[in-house]
Amino acid sequence: MHNPQLNKDGKLKHLLSIEGLPRAILNQILDTAESFTGVSEREVKKVPLLRGKTVCNIFFENSTRTRTTFEIAAKRLSADVLNLNVSTSSQSKGETILDTVDNLTAMHADMFVVRHSQSGAAHLIARHVAPHVHVVNAGDGRHAHPTQGLLDMFTIRRYKPDMHNLRVAIIGDVLHSRVARSEIHALTTLGVPEVRVIAPKTLLPQDVEKLGVQVYHDMRAGLKDVDVVMMLRLQNERMSGSLLPSAQEYFKCFGLTQEKLALAKPDAIVMHPGPMNRGVEIDSAVADGMQSVILPQVTYGIAVRMAVMSILAGSNDA
Amino acid sequence: MKIHIKNGRLIDPKHGIDGQHDLYIAAGKVVGIGEAPAGFVANQSIDASGLIVCPGLVDLSARLREPGYEYKATLESEMRAAAAGGVTSLVCPPDTEPVLDEPGLVEMLKHRAKQLNLAHVYPLGALTRQLAGAQLTEMSELTEAGCVGFSQADVAITDTLVLWRALQYAATFDFTVWLRPEDPYLAKSGVAHDGEIAARLGLRGIPAAAETLALEIIIRLVRETGARVHVCRLSTAESVSLLRQAKQQGLPISADVAAHYLHLTEFDIGFFDANCHLKPPLRTQRDQQALCAGLADGTIDALCSDHAPVDDDAKLLPFAEAEVGATGLELLLPLAVKWAQDRQLALSTAIASITSRPAAIIGLDAGHLGLGAVADVCVFDPAQYRRIEAKSLISQGKNTPFIGMELPGVVRYTLLQGQLVHQA
Repeated sequence: MHNPQLNKDGKLKHLLSIEGLPRAILNQILDTAESFTGVSEREVKKVPLLRGKTVCNIFFENSTRTRTTFEIAAKRLSADVLNLNVSTSSQSKGETILDTVDNLTAMHADMFVVRHSQSGAAHLIARHVAPHVHVVNAGDGRHAHPTQGLLDMFTIRRYKPDMHNLRVAIIGDVLHSRVARSEIHALTTLGVPEVRVIAPKTLLPQDVEKLGVQVYHDMRAGLKDVDVVMMLRLQNERMSGSLLPSAQEYFKCFGLTQEKLALAKPDAIVMHPGPMNRGVEIDSAVADGMQSVILPQVTYGIAVRMAVMSILAGSNDA
Repeated sequence: MKIHIKNGRLIDPKHGIDGQHDLYIAAGKVVGIGEAPAGFVANQSIDASGLIVCPGLVDLSARLREPGYEYKATLESEMRAAAAGGVTSLVCPPDTEPVLDEPGLVEMLKHRAKQLNLAHVYPLGALTRQLAGAQLTEMSELTEAGCVGFSQADVAITDTLVLWRALQYAATFDFTVWLRPEDPYLAKSGVAHDGEIAARLGLRGIPAAAETLALEIIIRLVRETGARVHVCRLSTAESVSLLRQAKQQGLPISADVAAHYLHLTEFDIGFFDANCHLKPPLRTQRDQQALCAGLADGTIDALCSDHAPVDDDAKLLPFAEAEVGATGLELLLPLAVKWAQDRQLALSTAIASITSRPAAIIGLDAGHLGLGAVADVCVFDPAQYRRIEAKSLISQGKNTPFIGMELPGVVRYTLLQGQLVHQA
């Protein structure tokens, strides 16, 4: 099947999901991000790679953190940035996603950073934009959040450079999580030999093991000897109902505490994509503890997004 | 008008005919097979050398979108599509706007269809008013108006007591109730088979149990009420087994499968192809195999198109928001022929599944070409392949997962009651 993310020369044209990207491209992004980490620490925090280009952040779903880091990343690359919040609720029936995109294309945007509550929205847009326009998926429904997956890989690589020798556990609401899906594909593509998911059966997709993960329902067994602990956010509306009885019981069974973390390797790192629910999926002592790399994740997010945008802009010449 | 169809290979599954026989038609009826009746002088002769001559197709599910959804398709556009697909009899579900729950609406539809005279239209009446699953419709009146059965279309009855009584009432008059088995709670908001692809793409799943659970309830109620039930659009392997058992027990139950499910699986969704947003969802290869086998061995009685034309805009949306359905009238014959080719079945088996077998379900004297039968005829080239393209489809709906594919079987002539309604 034609891979909609690559151009005919195999270069990255859109970043829609981690699934389907070759390892070489993931490494190219991570290596490029490495070279950008210095930029943020300089006095003049800019490079001219996207000068004269317009990056348009279209957020059909609210987000502060992701939109801000994309904006900072684009500005550090010297792009002009346009932010558009089209909350789905206020989206009038008349204007569809593609209408919105057409209008922005007419304003000569060069790159769209898109977030939408429906899985597949970024693919739909990528299929319909003009040939010179690049699309970056900033989160589509439950499907993918590739830049989050990449910045997580960047973080892991910094602390645990030998990816071929890691045991990673992803814990929490995998069913509804685009982050989890992107993390799983990134980890398996980069050659991590053992990826575990730990969750109650109500929060795991059917056939999740076909994504190449081992399934655990007992958090203590799942955490044993892991090098990386990746927590997922649990949405408020899912804490009590037919998926889970209560936040308290969830925390008891699947919340990360110091005591449970002690089952992992002594030098294991703890990650979380944010925003955190302290006391629901993670104890404050762990979130702020020695093993937490949650804040560095945010910092690296900028370099990784700069890398993605600069690589996409560079694929135009092909 | 007297027509002589000569040099063709006549396949009439009901009468076990498969061979070189000329067909003679007069006054809208078949008057001779192989041999011309005495004194027959044709006004028109059709050379069917290298072609197959078979009964006009009987499609158990075609949404014509009238009344109410004319922006998606009209009676005329879809009946022309039927003629182009060799389909001469259509059963249409009641989920129009307004819903077909009153005799006047049914009469109007029949009348409009009759005027266009491109295919026979057999409406299904709504089983409950507004399809709301609460109050029964006037089934007897609706039958007099022309309904051939009663259906809930895609709206499940959530109240089991209402379903029970609807079956009891229908059984009183020996009406057939058409039900698509789907548990409304297990299927709620789902858009794809609850399996690997839904897991990868982050789509809400519909488990196979949504269908089998509902089917088990239906089978149990058939046993209790003795009602004749036709179960529509099966999608799982388990359903085929359940149905096989029910038939072995002699229950008055029949079933169909839509052509997509013989050829596609969840993997065909690919990168969110909205043309594969169908109900029930495309399932696994195991399910596909079981449906193919079930149709071949007669457990599943008939193959239908589940024709549902959708306008382009309604498909240009993220997968879950895109409207459900695919155009199918012009693909029914090619997909049946392809099924026979892929599974190495006799062509007559494929033709039976779209002619005599569906006709039997609606108790219709159609779908065969015996002496005296209504001359609804399809003449097609089984060896010719056609690339399916939006612009060459006559249906107003251009939405199909088969766009761009080469399919065998090109319809050359369609006759309705001895009148040529399509020629290509």
